[in-house]
This record gives sequence, structure tokens and C-alpha cells, in this order.
Amino acid sequence: MSEKTHKEHGGFWTKYIFSQDHKVIAIQYTITALLIGLFGLVLSWLLRLQLGFPGSFQFINPGSYYQMLTQHGMIMIVYLLTAILLGGFGNYLIPLMIGARDMAFPFLNMLSYWVYLLSVIVLMAAFLVPGGPTGAGWTLYPPLSALPNAAPGSGWGIKLMLVSLVIFIAAATMGGLNYVTTVLQCRTKGMTLMRMPLSVWGIFIASVMALFAFPALFAGGVMLLFDNLLGTSFFIPSVTLFGQQLPREGGNPLLFQHLFWYFGHPEVYVVILPAMGIASDLISTHSRKPIFGYKAMVIAMAAIAFIGFIVWAHHMFVSGMNPYFGFFFAVSTLIIAIPSAVKVYNWLLTLWRGNIRLNVPMLFGIGWISTFIIGGLTGLPLGNVIADVPLHDTYFVVGHFHLVMGVAALMAIFGGIYHWFPKVTGRMFNETLGKLHFWVTFVGAYAIFFPMFLLGILGVPRRYFDFNVLQYLPPQTNALNIAITVAALTVGAAQLIFLGNLIWSALKGKRAEANPWGATTLEWQTPTTPPPHGNWGAETPTVYRWAYDYSVPGAERDFIPQNVPTEPSVPVGVPSTVR
Amino acid sequence: MAFSIVLILIVLGAVALTISGIWWFTPLASNWNDIDSALLITLVVIGIAFVVLNLVLAYVVLRYRHREHNRAQFLPDNPKIEKILIGITALGIVILLAPGLFAYSRFISPPRDALTIEVLGEQWRWSYRYPGPDGKLGRANPKLISPKNPFGVDLNDPAALDDILSYTELHLPVGRPVLLHIRSKDVIHSFFIPSFRVKMDAVPGMVTHYWFIPTVIGRFQAVCAELCGIGHHRMQSPVIVERVEDFQQWLAKQPTVAATVKP
Amino acid sequence: MTTNHRDSITPGHIGVWLFLAVATMVFAALVSAYIVRMGSTDWHSLPKPGLLWVNTAILLLSSAALQWATLAQRQGAHRSARLSFIAGAVLSALFLLGQIWAWAVLHKLGYFLNTNPSSSFFYLLTAVHGVHLLGGLLVAAWTVRTRERLQLFVTYWHFLTVVWVVLFGLIVLT
Repeated sequence: MSEKTHKEHGGFWTKYIFSQDHKVIAIQYTITALLIGLFGLVLSWLLRLQLGFPGSFQFINPGSYYQMLTQHGMIMIVYLLTAILLGGFGNYLIPLMIGARDMAFPFLNMLSYWVYLLSVIVLMAAFLVPGGPTGAGWTLYPPLSALPNAAPGSGWGIKLMLVSLVIFIAAATMGGLNYVTTVLQCRTKGMTLMRMPLSVWGIFIASVMALFAFPALFAGGVMLLFDNLLGTSFFIPSVTLFGQQLPREGGNPLLFQHLFWYFGHPEVYVVILPAMGIASDLISTHSRKPIFGYKAMVIAMAAIAFIGFIVWAHHMFVSGMNPYFGFFFAVSTLIIAIPSAVKVYNWLLTLWRGNIRLNVPMLFGIGWISTFIIGGLTGLPLGNVIADVPLHDTYFVVGHFHLVMGVAALMAIFGGIYHWFPKVTGRMFNETLGKLHFWVTFVGAYAIFFPMFLLGILGVPRRYFDFNVLQYLPPQTNALNIAITVAALTVGAAQLIFLGNLIWSALKGKRAEANPWGATTLEWQTPTTPPPHGNWGAETPTVYRWAYDYSVPGAERDFIPQNVPTEPSVPVGVPSTVR
Repeated sequence: MAFSIVLILIVLGAVALTISGIWWFTPLASNWNDIDSALLITLVVIGIAFVVLNLVLAYVVLRYRHREHNRAQFLPDNPKIEKILIGITALGIVILLAPGLFAYSRFISPPRDALTIEVLGEQWRWSYRYPGPDGKLGRANPKLISPKNPFGVDLNDPAALDDILSYTELHLPVGRPVLLHIRSKDVIHSFFIPSFRVKMDAVPGMVTHYWFIPTVIGRFQAVCAELCGIGHHRMQSPVIVERVEDFQQWLAKQPTVAATVKP
Repeated sequence: MTTNHRDSITPGHIGVWLFLAVATMVFAALVSAYIVRMGSTDWHSLPKPGLLWVNTAILLLSSAALQWATLAQRQGAHRSARLSFIAGAVLSALFLLGQIWAWAVLHKLGYFLNTNPSSSFFYLLTAVHGVHLLGGLLVAAWTVRTRERLQLFVTYWHFLTVVWVVLFGLIVLT
């Protein structure tokens, strides 16, 4: 009598396309996010070509420039970073790291991917419609984004963008429900919350934030769509556009800004918290040392999440809002620097007295620390309300957010991809290409974005097609812009090397062992590599210790996996409060 | 080894580029040295943190790199060090923030005797309205804006008739406080004069405000600092600061509401 | 696919409660936008069709019927539970139809989506609420088979009833 094994369920379509297996869904999210991110990257090359070599390309005019700028921003923040960190890393790592067989709601999980893909298709459709995609900035401020012909793409473009965002929010909500419920309900025996690796904590807390933040974007987005499509006046006051009085009145543009940033600020922490968690695990694993101050790291992430909901109007210091709000939001914003700083100290203290292996994942882990330091520090002048006045909407802001979101977060993402690559594919990536990718990206990123701080201090506004009108630019600025462009294109080329390495190694890389990094966390203890459907074979693991038993005094090897039972003969020096 | 060298080079490069002074504050031409001080203190504090933290990183990466027979030390936490570091950080934050907040409270309190000037932004230019001899700006209403009445001045308000209009340049008398009333006709713009450290959004449906004292005679520039469509990068206006007599002379030559605005 | 359930709280409970938190944020955002927009000079109060009071009563009844269904289910009175569940669903559908009828009434009085801000908000709020209701009905038709699922569905329903009472109060009083 033949036994039907779990593997024989369904053919190609159910196993690889409409799969409810969290690992397949994670890979689907990751591939889609990387592809749309590649498109966003190409857009950035076009932008930099215009700024470094103005007039070189016929098709880059102010209209198309602002369209590319808008799409670049929206694609990178929402469709790449959020999707890959929550949908990609979250889906892959959470069940494995907590010892579960899959997510709490596998069908909903599968649905969330297809809805995400739909949102990407709708977004890209805007490039094919008359008028093209919206060019009102990723922040979509009305009245510019709502009024007909005020900005490029004010017809179909803005409508498709808003519809795409609403669809994305549905996907993100489905995903968020899954990640949070799974962490709360599906941990294996012995896996207490304080034994979870920080990667899981980062994604978990970020998912809670996302659930509470996206609704504000939904509300603002729907109202903006109505203003653009149906003639309402939620955000549109009396205006005269190109000499014509429009039949609108009474709307409040600042209302949109409050709704948008109530979402927008937590959104950046939704991106950075998983990156912080992943970075913590990279740094501890590859320095063979427990993460310093695990409990403080968890509390710091929770503090960042909580305070992150009451800082939003630091994006609005010169918006014309009630000036007294400036005091409150400056204080709350600077307070959030404290838990962030604690995390930086703890990463440094993890490296202290460690046994650091500079493999590719660790290079990115250290790159994370350095770029998060400068990215985070440059947020302080922006949060200090009076210092923000000259800096708001200048290149200082562009340098700041690119270094935190576009570089540091990507360091964690790349590091994570290289780190878990052997587990996901069962193969090793090419180390030389990986190191090349790292060095060009790390040094190149500083070359691109550090000068922008100086341009901002000088007073060069952001979102400018060219700088011809500015009379206060030193003559060397042309050369600087060219240098930044060259660096940007070089860093761009390095990303292509990364993608090539990824694909080639997945198909032809050297076979990897089950736990090539000697890591303690559960995902490395699966019976086969890549992990099988159901992850654990006949029985889910039992957890006896926290996630950071590296270099335990008296232990034979320099790591003890979480599912290894504690023995009286092996002295374990972890304080009881943590274990 | 290589990593540490790269980190040190990056730090040196960043510091060198900064202190080269090529791209730095435009020379201040207003009273707002409070803004410059607050910003400078912040930049110095974060600059020191940037250098120190990266040098520490360079050191640990070098000193604790993997070598044969090396083993890491099991140091899961140290509450004492954590508390000290949190304390130092909190102190740094207070040093950054306190002077800034004091300056901010002065910032949001315009002096009573300021010269009121209306700034009107639209796609893609700036225009200006001065109170006439009566010293009062007349009422304006966006619903009254028309080709013959570009500022939407309410002609029923007697204070409006002597108002003076400038469609190209902002002239200011040196040394006298100015309070800007900033409006927009269509979308959000932002009135930005880098030399004066002036920046405030121009929002349709609202009047926003900004006060300052121009302290240097000369020719400066106002640009737009909020994306407002395809002409955003071309939306600039000369700002001329001159002696009071020259200012009055210029003002006398500009069109008034009574002479040029029709209902 | 789940490996470890606490005794009485299941993943389904957590999922639904989280979803209620998300929905609360959506309605909170819309309500605060309403309150801010109300401060504008062009705010005019909307005529309130009497039909709205009837609809509110129907929704409250549907919540009551559904609550009855869970109580009956708990006591093992399956037939009674089934009947009251159907009654609750029918009443909810009636509520939705009533809301659309209320839109028609306002249309006839000359109040469209873009007539004035209070009419814009009226259509927007009722639409968002109605979509949540409709979505809930569709999901229920597809998935409510177990006692636990019924309980979760009824929790969601009570939530939407409370939301409606709040929205209705806001509309009526402003």
C-alpha cells in the first residue's frame, strides 16, 4: 500500500506558484521586490544623469524628471523595502526561527503575495497610460497631486498610484495579521518571547507598527483620490490655477500632510526595525559573541516603535502648522535618538572582545553600523526644530534619508540575503563577487550621499531638475555633481553584479552544509537544507536556551544551538533574567 | 585591516570635505544667527559622534578580528555601562536641544513694529504687496483673484487702496524687522531665502508667517523649496536690501492697488 | 500548520482582534479628518433622512440576532442558532440596502458627493463602513462553519455596529 507523503500534494502549480508554504511565498515576495527595486534603481540613474550631465538626454525634461523622481521614491520605500523586509524576510524567517511549521494563516499569506503583485502591476500600469505616472513627489501633497494639470500625471497617473497604494495596504494588512499572530501563537515548546532572535523581534514590532500606521495612508489616499477623481474638497481650498478659479473651496492641505506623515513616519521605522534585528543577528553570529544587552535591544525597539508614532510633524516644521507644535515634536524626535543610540553602542559592544569573521554577511553587518551611524546622526539637526528651518527640503534631507533607508537598510538586506542564502538554496554564493559588491556599495554610498549634507547646508533645495537658477553655488558644484553621478552609476553597476551572483549561485553554486556559519538559531537546525515542507520533519524542535549562546565558557564548540538541552555539567554564564 | 583603513579614510575624507568650506553656510545676512548657532552646535556634536563612533568601529574590527586560537568573550550585558552610555547620550541630546528651543521661542514671536509684507506664490513666480502710507495691508480674498486683480485684494477695504505691488522683486530696508505674510494662489510652495535663513511654506487657503531683520545691504535670492510642478526649479526672485531712503524711492515708483487693480 | 495553541485564545481570535485594531485606526483617521474639516468656513450641515434612524435600528437588531445565535450555539440549540444567524445576516443585508436608499434620498435632495464637505464625508463614511460590512458578509458566507468562527464573526459585527453608532452620532450632531 503506498503512503501519500506530504510532498505529493499538488503539482507544479500548487508547489511553486499558488503555494501556501511560507518559504515559497517569501521567495516570491523577494524576487518581485528585487525586480521592482531594479526598476527604481534605473530611475535613479536617469535622475543622476540629468543632475550630473544636464541636457544630455532628450527625453529627460522637467515633466519626466519629476515623474521619475516620484516613482523612484514610492517604489523604493513601499514596493521594495517594506515588501522585502516584511514579506520576504518576515515570511521566511519567522516560522523557522520560532520553530513553527508555517504561518498562522497560510491561505491568507498566499493571498497577500498575489495582492502585492497586483499592486505592483497597477503601479507600473501608470507608465503606460496617457499622461504617464504622477510627478507630484512620493509625498503626493495636494493640491499639486489632485488638481488637473498642476503636475504631470494628474489624470490616470495619480489615480493608478492611489489605487495601487490601497491594494498594497490590503496586502500589507494581510501579511501583518499573519506575522503578529504567528509570533504570538505559534512558537514551539520552550520558545518564550525573550528567547526569540532579534530578527524576529524587529519584524514583529515593525508589523505591529505597520498595522497601526497604514490605515492613515488609506484614509488620506482615498480622500485624495476623491478630490482628484470626484471633485470633492477634502484638501483643496479656493485656488486659481493657470488663471482659472476652480470650483473648490474650504479644503485643508495640511490635513493631508498630518494623515500622510502619521503613516509616513512610522513607515520608516517599519523599514528600519527589521533591518536592526537582522543586523543584530549578523553581527553576533559572525563575531561568535552574544548580542550585547539583548533585553535592552528589545526594549529599545519597542520604545522606537511607540515614540515613532508621536514624532510625525517633524516633517511639517515649516508647513504653516501651529508653531507651538514645533516644541512638542522636536522634543519627541530627539528623545527617539536615545534608544537608537543605545542600539549602536550595543552593536559596537558586541564586536568588542569578539572573534570577528569578515565574511560577506559580516562585511554588510559592519557596513550597516557605519552607515546607520551617519544616517541616524544627521536626523538630529532635522529634528531640532530651529535648525530644521534652513535644512528642510534641501539636499541635507536627501542625504539623511538615503543613508538610513537606502543604504543602511540595504546593508542589512544584502547581509541577510548572503547570510541566509545557503539555507534558502542549499548552495554557497560566490564570495569574491560578494566582497566586490560590498566594497563598491559601501564606499560608493558615502561618495554619493555625504556631499549632499554640505549642499544642503549651503541651501540647495531638493527636487530640482537643475540648479541653473541658484546664484550662490560655488563653481566646484558642477564637478561635485558629476562625481556623485559617476559614483551612483558605479554603485548601480555593483548591484547588477549582486543580482548576477544571486542567480548564478542559486543554480550552480557549491553545495552548502546545513549550518555553514555555526549559528545558534533554529532555522539552521532543520533536518534538510533547504528546509522541507513543514520545516521540521516528524516533530517540531524544543527550545532550551536563548538565541545567543556563542562562545559559552566551558562549552566545546563556540556556539550551542537553541534546541540543545542544557546539561548540569556545562556551565552557562547567562544571567537568569535573560534566560 | 582593510576595513579599518577604509573607515578611517572615509572619516578623514568627510571631515576634509566639510572643513574645506567650499560648500558651507551662505554668509548670514539677517538677524538669525540663533539659527546658525543651533545648527552649528548640532553639527559639531554629531560630527564628534560620527568621528568617534567610526574610529571605535575601525578599532574593534581590527583588534578583534578572527585569528587562530582566538575565542570571543562571553559578555551578554553590563547594566552599568548601559546606564552610563544612556546618561551621556541624554546629556548630549539636552545640549543639542535646549539652546535650539530657546531660539525657537524667539523665532515664533515677531516684534510689534515689524514691516508687514505679503508674499504671493503661484506657479511659478513670487509677487509682493506692501502696505502703503497707511501702514496697513488691505484684506485679500482668494475668491477675488482674477487677471485684473492678481492679488485678490478686497477693493471694499479702504486700507487696500494704497497698497503697493511688486511683481518681480522684493525690496527691503536694512535693519528694520520684517514680518512676511505668505500666501499661495494654487499649490503649496515654500518661500526660501538661504542668506536670511528664511523658509516658510506658502499654502493656498492659509496665510503663513515669518519674521526676520535683514542686516546686510546687497542683492540676495529667494527660491522655492516645495515641489510645485514642472517650473519648481525656476521659481526664483531677487531680494534687494538697501538703505531706507533708497527703499522709499523704489517703493514710490511701484504701482499701487488704486491705480492698477480693477474689480 | 500551527503547532502551539493557548487554551482558549486561538490564532483566529488574535487575527480578528488585530483586524479590529486596524479597522479602528481607519475609522479614527476618517473621524479626525471629519472633525478638522468641520472647522472650515464652508461647512454646512446636511439634512438627515429619517431613514438613517431606521437603518441604525436594523443594524442593532442584526447584532442582537447574531449575539442570540452564539448564545444558542453555546447551549447546543443548533436549529435556533442557525435561524438567528440567518436572521442576523438578512438584517445586515437590509441595513446595506437601506444605506443605499439613504444615498438615493440625499441625491434627490440635491446632495451629491462633491456638493459640500459634509456631503462628501457622509458618502465616504457610509461607503467605508458599508464596504467593511459587505466584506464581512462575504467572508462569513465562505468561512463560518465552526463555533469559533461564528463567535469571531459576531465580534466583528458588534464592532461594526458600534462604529456605525459613532459615525451616525457624529453625522447627526454636526
